[in-house]
Amino acid sequence: MNATGQAHALFGSGWWQQTMTLFRRELRDSLRDWRILFPIFTMTILFPILMRFATGFLESSFYERWGAEGVTIRLFPLMLLMVGFLPVSISLVIALESFAGERERLSLEPLLAAPLSELQLYLGKTLAALVLPLIAGFTGIAFYLLILPPGARPDSLTLLQAVLLTIGKALVMVSGAVIVSTQTTSVRAANLLASFIVVPMALLLQGESLLILQGWKNVLWYILIFLVVADVMLVRMGLRLFNREELLGREIDELNLRNLWRTFWRHLVWERWFFGFPPERLPRGLRWLSTWTGLYFRDIPRVLRRSWLALTLVLISLLGAVGIGWDFATRFRLPAEYLPLDKITKETFSQASTSTISWLPAFTFWGVLGNNVRSLTLAALLGTFSFGSLAALLLMIPIAIIAYAAFQVAWVGYDPFTFVMTFVMPHGVLELPAAIIATALAVRLGATFIAPPRGMTVGEGWIQALADFVKVFLAVVVPLLAIAAVVEVALTPAIVLAVYGR
Amino acid sequence: MIRAEGLVKRFNGFAAVDGVTFSVEPGTILALLGPNGAGKTTTLRMLSAILMPTEGRAVVGGYDTRENPTAVRQQIGLLTEQPALYLRMRGGEYLEFFGQLYGLSPTVCRQRGWEWLERFAMPEAWDRRIGEYSKGMRQKLALVRALLHDPPVLLLDEPTSAMDPHSAKLVRDAILSLRDARRTILVCTHNLTEAELLADEIAIIRRGQIVAQGTSAELKRQLLGPPLMELRLSASVDGVGPIVARWALVVEEGPNWIRYRADAPETVNPVILQALSAAGIPVVTLSEVPRSLESVYLRVVEG
Repeated sequence: MNATGQAHALFGSGWWQQTMTLFRRELRDSLRDWRILFPIFTMTILFPILMRFATGFLESSFYERWGAEGVTIRLFPLMLLMVGFLPVSISLVIALESFAGERERLSLEPLLAAPLSELQLYLGKTLAALVLPLIAGFTGIAFYLLILPPGARPDSLTLLQAVLLTIGKALVMVSGAVIVSTQTTSVRAANLLASFIVVPMALLLQGESLLILQGWKNVLWYILIFLVVADVMLVRMGLRLFNREELLGREIDELNLRNLWRTFWRHLVWERWFFGFPPERLPRGLRWLSTWTGLYFRDIPRVLRRSWLALTLVLISLLGAVGIGWDFATRFRLPAEYLPLDKITKETFSQASTSTISWLPAFTFWGVLGNNVRSLTLAALLGTFSFGSLAALLLMIPIAIIAYAAFQVAWVGYDPFTFVMTFVMPHGVLELPAAIIATALAVRLGATFIAPPRGMTVGEGWIQALADFVKVFLAVVVPLLAIAAVVEVALTPAIVLAVYGR
Repeated sequence: MIRAEGLVKRFNGFAAVDGVTFSVEPGTILALLGPNGAGKTTTLRMLSAILMPTEGRAVVGGYDTRENPTAVRQQIGLLTEQPALYLRMRGGEYLEFFGQLYGLSPTVCRQRGWEWLERFAMPEAWDRRIGEYSKGMRQKLALVRALLHDPPVLLLDEPTSAMDPHSAKLVRDAILSLRDARRTILVCTHNLTEAELLADEIAIIRRGQIVAQGTSAELKRQLLGPPLMELRLSASVDGVGPIVARWALVVEEGPNWIRYRADAPETVNPVILQALSAAGIPVVTLSEVPRSLESVYLRVVEG
């Protein structure tokens, strides 16, 4: 079948008809549920009136009295965001009911047995969860604009921001609710897990309030970009998770530690191997060798091959970090006296070893090693909760700083290549590959949620990524970092002094 | 038709179904029996392409469940163990919704839906909210949902479990008429009488494996031994035992009756009757002692 044929099969009129049939049923179901209709109606009509009343009250009784009229003007766009968001928050309830509720009542199974793809099920249900709250949100915004005094109405750009942010948040909540629903078997459990959506949304709203009150409305565009990225990630993850196997393979919400450990162990252990020679034929005293050759020549290369995409992404992000360093260096130039490379003495390093700045590690073997191990472990933790993005970001920061310093050095007349070769490379030649490998595996820890390996559930994929991280971290990264720390403390200062010092 | 070849389904290392193989031809009914947790529902879910087998393959309605799951789903009518309906909808609306998911026009949905509801003696269900239905009505509506698109393969999990005897009979008759219309039917049930009434073949599943399979008669013979025959006489059984024992194994005797096992009753019985007649012993009746499917089932599941 050619591409057009495939597209027709995938999105042909029958495909849309089925999806819309599902969408209409879900929407009709919401429209028949007074527990959904009543709060939506209340939030759409009553809240704009309440907001208008509150701003009017604050204006007359507080701000005008204390002479803070500018703040009052800023309250109107803030309230615009609020009246849009409040009815939209119901989308979370509708989505949890539609996904987790149907699963709990078992009415999902006949739908799963119907000739519908998972994408159709996801799309039909998601659209239905979005449409009603969004209509309510926009109605709330329109109603609020209608009851505002003409001079207080926000400009069209602010209105556009409010509308787009409302859509972005609704999609985050619904796509988040799908993910939560796939991990639970009851609405009760889904509601408990929904705090992972509600709390960040509440924090985001507070952040938006602060920005608007500060008059930094332009920053709201960055929040919108963040929401779009989050939407894409969550929808992708939801599409991965919302499949028949995940939905019906999980009957109870039980944390089976023994099973988790067994899966982790299965992915952690490796085969004994000795360059194709059967390990059992090795002399008894030399058989231990096959464990190490198996690890370093077979298993770790296999893990690295499995991580090629994450490694590529990390390398690209490092190039980006160099670009950022260059950009900052052109914009924030340091005067030459801030870079006294030719004034470096032995004491410069001995002072650093006692670390006068509290947040910097001591310039000792344990200080340097401890700091690096800590940062890369933190990268794994952050990577898990950010689809891998924060792990990459954590490595980008020092690289951007090094790039910034190298470009600054060039501006003031030193050779940047010599600078990097003396200050960074002696230990960096080991430290950098170790950091890149650890970061790539940390990226995988987060990325698994969006794209689990083929044939694995998200849970198993994550456990495999964790086992890979632990194995490579202990067998490769820590030893490399340890050698790098020795070099950094003992050799790098000597090289720097030899080149620049006096 | 349905063909399952070495189906295995593992959940976190646990094999819920472990190498199940069977086939069901068009125009026949296979009853899948087994205790709770034996793997019946998982097998059904694999056959309806909801779950993919960990190992093995299944071909349903001419399509491989792994390679063409959507086509398989179009070919089957699945009745799930729980009716699992949308309680806020009306019966007719519900049937139209599912019919349209299977590509039927609203007119066809209405026509077929009405026909089935009338056949199941619940035409009033069309306009009533499902939340107001009785348990049996809900189950019948779920069955109509599974039949609406006229699928060539039917997978029915406990089709009459919540029904009164009259409704259950209506449903059984409908299933038999579908078999006569050459539908391929797989029924999971705990109701052994129903299994015996409906099924052309029975498979007993235990701990994820098929442990016995065949017609009801074959299973009885296989698991309970050769048929047990009972000979009733108008007088005492004195002297009858040695005559019968020449061709069969005498297992029990009463004042005027005797029971024996015969490997091949069709050849042994006439010979025994002839011998008794020659000896001048008058026989009142000769019949097979009924053996229930329940005893077969219990023997299998209790190991």
